[in-house]
Amino acid sequence: MSATETELRELSYLGAVNEALHQIMAEDPDVFCAGEDVGASGGVFGSFGGLQKKYGELRAVDTPISEQAIVGLGIGAAVAGLRPVVDLMFMDFIMVAMDQIANQAAKLKYMFGGKTSLPLTITTNAGAGLSAAAQHSQSLESMLAHVPGLKVVMPSNPYDAKGLLVASIRDDNPVIYAKTKTLFGTKGPCPEDLFEVPLGVANITRPGTDATIVTYGRMAGESLKAASILSSEGVDVEVIDLRTLQPMDSETIIASVKRTNRCVVVHEAVRFAGMGAEIAAQIQEEAFDYLDAPIGRVAAPFSPVPFSPVLEGAYVPDAKRIAEGVRAAVQRG
Amino acid sequence: MEITNEVLKDLHYRMIRIRFFEEAAGKLFENSEMPGFLHLYVGEEAVAAGVCAALRPDDQIGSTHRGHGHLVGKGGDLPKMMAELMGKADGYCNGKGGSMHICDLDLNMLGANGIVGAGAPIAVGAAFANKYRGNDTVAVVFFGDGAVNIGAFHEAANMAAALQLPAVFVCENNEYGEYTPRSKTMAIDDVVDRAAGYGMPGVIVDGMDSVAVYEATTQAVARARAGHGPSFIECKTYRYYNHHGVQIMGFKYRTDEEVDMWKTRDCIEGIERDMLAQGVMTQDEIDTIRAKVQADVDEAVEFGRNSPFPDVDTLMDDVYTVAGANS
Repeated sequence: MSATETELRELSYLGAVNEALHQIMAEDPDVFCAGEDVGASGGVFGSFGGLQKKYGELRAVDTPISEQAIVGLGIGAAVAGLRPVVDLMFMDFIMVAMDQIANQAAKLKYMFGGKTSLPLTITTNAGAGLSAAAQHSQSLESMLAHVPGLKVVMPSNPYDAKGLLVASIRDDNPVIYAKTKTLFGTKGPCPEDLFEVPLGVANITRPGTDATIVTYGRMAGESLKAASILSSEGVDVEVIDLRTLQPMDSETIIASVKRTNRCVVVHEAVRFAGMGAEIAAQIQEEAFDYLDAPIGRVAAPFSPVPFSPVLEGAYVPDAKRIAEGVRAAVQRG
Repeated sequence: MEITNEVLKDLHYRMIRIRFFEEAAGKLFENSEMPGFLHLYVGEEAVAAGVCAALRPDDQIGSTHRGHGHLVGKGGDLPKMMAELMGKADGYCNGKGGSMHICDLDLNMLGANGIVGAGAPIAVGAAFANKYRGNDTVAVVFFGDGAVNIGAFHEAANMAAALQLPAVFVCENNEYGEYTPRSKTMAIDDVVDRAAGYGMPGVIVDGMDSVAVYEATTQAVARARAGHGPSFIECKTYRYYNHHGVQIMGFKYRTDEEVDMWKTRDCIEGIERDMLAQGVMTQDEIDTIRAKVQADVDEAVEFGRNSPFPDVDTLMDDVYTVAGANS
């Protein structure tokens, strides 16, 4: 990448996704996209806009509403040597296709004694905030990260959205690439060239000395806002955007906590058995003696995502709640 | 369709290869030399043989939990198969998959599958890859009568028809889903009735007659190669042994008379009778082939027995493809 930060043009999160698809399909004739409304209409959110017009019906495929068959289409085509991108419109719909994802895609390589690779990308859209209620708003990443064989990616900004998607598609393993719906319109710097953000490498989006926030997806931005609030109170927070949940960049987390001695994990998914539980466990295994306070978790409560905007607002963590979580960790001991 | 003597001999060879392999596997299983679950194909050989004989090497097959016959039918390596079933390092999957996940991607056998119906969407994906590449390769989807009642199968069949993919759906209707008779789980008598709902042509074939299966498959494959989309073949067949294992179940779910009736229609005895009557093979020639296949199977058993168990250091190998390796 030759462009410097100052030279980068601004692009929306969704625009970055669409640009990545256009560019990688131009580069690699084995890449195709398939899913509900992916073809002629370019996807309900526009991620796949213009692909069918440019690359034809066989490379931007409108499929039946058949999540199992959509993922199976990708698996079979990947085993046959193609590099499919299949779309499950909402992360909630992943549950409809869980056999093909968790019992098939994730395990084929291992069960076959390594005799195949599975370069399959499953794109989907996660998160609450649109009053889409309990079946169109979930963040189910911890269920997926729990399955050996899968990789799980959740970009938080346009730069990562493009670079991580390119890396996901070029990866020879099944990757769940989960966008966050409420981030679609957010703009940020993003190179025009095709580039990769490597999977499994976290991004320290704000260096700090007093506490570490470990987060990803939509909460990465909220955590930076929380860090600004705390900065005005004299608390200097480090923010780590994981970018990839599987594989997880544990090294960066542990190194940071050893410096700051305090940690709060923040995610939009529900707290119980969420990624925060794994991250907290790893920290206490690797850096117990460095901790000056219990590891905090700021996450959604253990309930389905509610419909009404007032209830949904109370459900999703925000900068204010994250700041409260960090204060609790800093004030302790 | 004219059936040459070579085709008859080929069908016979594929069937006895499957039968002898499975009989040997059953003995090893009962002798506790084979861990895990074992779903034997004995009785249904005409289907795998008839289908695979009608395919080219580049044609793909998607398989089921009862998949040994499909791999042997496609030309599978018996020693590697036996070693895999015994959980040994020299097996097809290095001992990682076993009976339910055995595969040979070089033979375009896309893997047995432990989840009923789940192989169908994957095989349809392979069919899509054929269309994508613009070649005339065909993917066959093997499935049982039980699989047509699971959503994944229905989705795959509809997808294949909607996208006009080069696929052939081959139903091995052995009349039982595990231990429950098909009549208890479907309100139709013929599975092929479903084909019309997908917009596919469908035929019923005597699944104990390899020639009939071969003829139907040849027609369906030609149709798929020509770009006219998928077809559905229902093969009425029967498994001689239990759903799992050989004869070890503590309850009776079918009568001895029923099993004996199907055995009077045995696919191997049938083709041998026909070949002798037509002068295609002499009894001596048949005996010679049988002895050769039995020797091959015996050799496979010894290979499996002598193969080492996998090194425990390989436990974590191949969970992921590492960039630059294996891809």
